[in-house]
Amino acid sequence: MGFDWVYLIEVLLGGLMSGVMYSLVAIGFVLIYKSSGIFNFAQGTMLLFASLTFVKMTENGIDFWTALFIAAGVMVIFGVAIERYMMRPLANQDLLALFMATVGLATFQEGFSQFIWDSDIHGLQMNKFLDLQLLDSAPIFVVEHIPWLDILLPKFDIFASLVAGSLIVVLAFFFQKTKTGLSLRAVSDDHMAAMAVGIPLQTVWAIVWAVTGIIALVAGLLWAERVSVSFTLIEAVMKALPVILIGGLTSIPGAIIGGLVIGVGEKLGEIYLGDAMGGQGIELWFAYFMALMFLVFRPQGMFGEKFIERV
Amino acid sequence: MSKSLLKINNIEVVYNHVILALRGVTLDVEEGSIVSLLGANGSGKTTTLKACSNLVNAERGAVTKGSIEYDGKDIAKQDPFKLVKDGVVQVLEGRHCFTHLTVEENIMTGSFIREDPKQAKQDLERVYDHFERIRIRKKSLAGFISGGEQQMVAMGRALMSRPKLILLDEPSMGLAPQLVEEIFAIVKNLNKEGVSFLVAEQNAMVALKYADEGYLIENGRVILKGKAKDLLERPDVKEMYLGVGEEGQTSFRDIKYYHRRKPAFT
Repeated sequence: MGFDWVYLIEVLLGGLMSGVMYSLVAIGFVLIYKSSGIFNFAQGTMLLFASLTFVKMTENGIDFWTALFIAAGVMVIFGVAIERYMMRPLANQDLLALFMATVGLATFQEGFSQFIWDSDIHGLQMNKFLDLQLLDSAPIFVVEHIPWLDILLPKFDIFASLVAGSLIVVLAFFFQKTKTGLSLRAVSDDHMAAMAVGIPLQTVWAIVWAVTGIIALVAGLLWAERVSVSFTLIEAVMKALPVILIGGLTSIPGAIIGGLVIGVGEKLGEIYLGDAMGGQGIELWFAYFMALMFLVFRPQGMFGEKFIERV
Repeated sequence: MSKSLLKINNIEVVYNHVILALRGVTLDVEEGSIVSLLGANGSGKTTTLKACSNLVNAERGAVTKGSIEYDGKDIAKQDPFKLVKDGVVQVLEGRHCFTHLTVEENIMTGSFIREDPKQAKQDLERVYDHFERIRIRKKSLAGFISGGEQQMVAMGRALMSRPKLILLDEPSMGLAPQLVEEIFAIVKNLNKEGVSFLVAEQNAMVALKYADEGYLIENGRVILKGKAKDLLERPDVKEMYLGVGEEGQTSFRDIKYYHRRKPAFT
């Protein structure tokens, strides 16, 4: 028996689909880092807070779209509040102060979500709300039309990667083609110059935090379907760390490709290197191992901004 | 005498609550004029400009005394982007181009306050007309173009907001003399279109040549002001700032005497 190509394709697709999920979380980090120059420690708790808000509302009988809309609204308000009460007073201070503020924000958000909602573990099942063929009861999608391609894929993974993928496309368009996107990139390049040419820094920050909040909501819901709405969500975010190390903290395309590389890498590693590297379960740490390799050989990541210096 | 556009009235600027950078600067920019602000390193030129554009706040500085009036309104508490909207824009020292954006994107950032995208297109053309050199570089990353081109990008970017007053901070920094002349010629052209300028410069010769009025600033104080033509003629200015003495060498005693004489303007 030769090499099982169909199986390889199945593994690759599975990897790509979980990779898209990592990308989505990583983009949240990258946005904040680009615009504010800090690593947002509170990303995980934002995910938790957003999805918890959503889940509690649906449990109280609010329908899917309304709940989604309200939760998005809450995240936008939260983003604006963060700008007003955290970013603005700390603007032009030492970056470490801002970073510590995000650590504080994480702690606050963790407690705050428990305070207004609860600390129970909530299940989330999209197919209760959405009547999509993709989300019907049979969880496995079988490729039927191509005879030689006999692979099985989890339906929810397909759904999740479609949602995440389209959100990423929308974001990429927003940042590359719109005026707001241009001003965000300007701010990330040089705060002082951006202020001098009349870009309102505060507005840009508020937009970025609001957008990050919405990304956190979508990512939170997609992750919650797998790991349930609870504190494990915060840990899910940690998977995005190797992604931004590989993709580069400053690059949105980097975050996308980094996510895919990690997704595929850990699946391939698990299947084909697992036995050689000490048994099953290397999926758990393989991503970090890859990130470590990058830190050693290419610390700015694949697509990290190179320092442009005129000679 | 035409109307005064910017009126700085005896301002004092303090950084970090302790460092006194300006201790009494009074300055007047008339509508449609070019005013040069001359002085050595650390004399307070940049701080004066940043006080006007209100970027001092972003560097933990504050105007603690005096007032700044633009177009008859007090602007000491105005947000920088609102000032840009009202027509005051600063071109920062050292150009500060967005290095990872292309030249055209750089210029377009200046149109953030413009609501009408059609106007922005027109303005872009106007910028390219003034700065022909950067038209051909519009697709390159601003980090990779030459210093002169970067200066032009920075000025073009400022021009996009259709300013009435441009605060130009050391346009000549690190540029070849020929390019400096070119930049100042453009300043003069823009001035003919009705833009007023407050230019901070170390290169006093060029700055006075193109200016209507000049102010000398030292240790955070204005020590001399006058018509640019008259300043160019003054023997002490010639000696200290233009490097051409009246005759032969001057002893250091005389220079010290000159320093002690401030504040000398009437």
